[in-house]
Amino acid sequence: MNEILKLHYVVDGNNFSLAGQAASDVKKMLKTLGMAPDVIRRVSIAMYEGEMNMVIHADGGEIDVDVTPKAVVMRLADRGPGIADIDLVMQEGYSTAPDDIRALGFGAGMGLPNMKKYSNDLKIESQLGIGTTITMRVDINSRG
Amino acid sequence: MNKTQKFYHSVALNAEKCRGCTNCIKRCPTEAIRVRNGKAHIRAERCIDCGECIKICPHHAKRAIHRHFEDLEGLYEYLVALPAPSLYGQFNNLHNIDFVLNGLLHFGFDDVFEVTRGADMITQYTKILLAEGKLKKPVISSACPAVVRLIRARFPELCQHVLPVAAPYIVAAKLARKAAIAKTGLPAEKIGIILIAPCPAKITDVRMPVGVKTSGIDAVLAIDDIYKGLLNEMNKLEEKDLQPLSQATATGTSWCISGGEARALKQDKYLICNGVENVIEALEETEDGKLDDLDFIELKACTEGCVGGVLTAESPFVTQSRVYRLLKNLPPANDIPKEALPLDILDWTEALEYAPIFQLDGDLTTAVQKMRRLEEIVKTLPGLDCGSCGAPNCRALAEDIVRGESSEHACFFILKNKINRMYQEIAISEHPQEEKPHEK
Repeated sequence: MNEILKLHYVVDGNNFSLAGQAASDVKKMLKTLGMAPDVIRRVSIAMYEGEMNMVIHADGGEIDVDVTPKAVVMRLADRGPGIADIDLVMQEGYSTAPDDIRALGFGAGMGLPNMKKYSNDLKIESQLGIGTTITMRVDINSRG
Repeated sequence: MNKTQKFYHSVALNAEKCRGCTNCIKRCPTEAIRVRNGKAHIRAERCIDCGECIKICPHHAKRAIHRHFEDLEGLYEYLVALPAPSLYGQFNNLHNIDFVLNGLLHFGFDDVFEVTRGADMITQYTKILLAEGKLKKPVISSACPAVVRLIRARFPELCQHVLPVAAPYIVAAKLARKAAIAKTGLPAEKIGIILIAPCPAKITDVRMPVGVKTSGIDAVLAIDDIYKGLLNEMNKLEEKDLQPLSQATATGTSWCISGGEARALKQDKYLICNGVENVIEALEETEDGKLDDLDFIELKACTEGCVGGVLTAESPFVTQSRVYRLLKNLPPANDIPKEALPLDILDWTEALEYAPIFQLDGDLTTAVQKMRRLEEIVKTLPGLDCGSCGAPNCRALAEDIVRGESSEHACFFILKNKINRMYQEIAISEHPQEEKPHEK
């Protein structure tokens, strides 16, 4: 069990200037661990998208990251409105972002599709009115 | 990464002057400095020669190692000065660059070749490369050697975005040598190509260039070192006697101020950023993919660009204002077709490779274990980031401990608590009757 590094972040739902901080911290940590650039990129993009979603849709939440020599697993849990139609939100370009969020350059409808694209496994558990938990795994290929 | 890399740095410490204060360790953008036994130590593998520590040190204990004009005596038969455009901004009311260039001849050089000529070619070549669409966007400028080294050390994903084209002083140096050989008939090694530079990063890049095998520059003089002597020669000159030497364009000259390089490319979407902290932020955002729609990113480690280099004589703002005034009288650069560009000099011959100098361990399993320990240690530290331990912040101390380079007793607060506890134990053992609770 000594090979799992557990990280925990609380995401503030109303602070846009801090949004993305957790992803940025994880990125820095993975660099210090000496992870391959490709893994760092995939983790940081997937986590950044997830973190932004938490801020935009769910008033924040909590993120747990497990780093092992084999994979990086991110669990993003929020108590937001929940997702009614998961297939719909997975479509590229689908967005529910209000205008003020779009004005900031977000809401292009690429968040979840990107999270799926950059992770090896993505699992969404969501209940309307209760919240959403997204689990993503990015595998670390053996570097020989 | 298995071949042993040798490091050369132009930034060095004068131990006698160093008081072991915390200014430089806190300013260093790569956390490369530690205070040990009352003196600052620069970690060679981390230093990017940006010169921030030289700027901040109140005791002038940090310096850049450069050559002096006298050192060049007898080494070459023909000396060519390569003035960086930031030199032109050092002089008040300069309206004619030929004062500077003629001044350099009187100062002792045999010829001059302006760095702006390299910049003109790079501008033209970059425009062509951007139009060809083969570069990975956003393209990041490779002109600032401190920025290139920062990317190499901290931003693995961005290495492929760096413009694979040599810096202006390197392009100019190689053209200058060719021109000098043609003019004098001397063998290449008898010609001394001497860069007059505003910053230590360029000195390092001349010795150990990135992207090309050799810089073609034989020695670097600092602007602030030749300033007085040069000004002296310039003051003796009459405008009517000046040899018309300058080929400087507004395009090439503007490279020394932040934004000059990017604007000259005439792209729609570009970003300009100067000052090393801002540069790091811009690189973080680029790495996160937030700036993917940009064509070109110009980053300069010094405030206001090269005019903010630590080896200049004047402040960045004053120099910048003077350069803007000079630009008004300068012509724009002419377009050069690709066939006429010296691609053998312009193109990088070596790719920029990520140097993971921050990793805790080469083995990922061990690195994860060390990171776990690091996180535990961080929790025990006071979090004041006071720097008294010699590391720039508590987290850096934890990292040093995990790397086996420091101990928790380096922390003044941990030590103080321990001493307090020991003191109390001694007091209790000497006066056991006082052991009773003294309150309530």
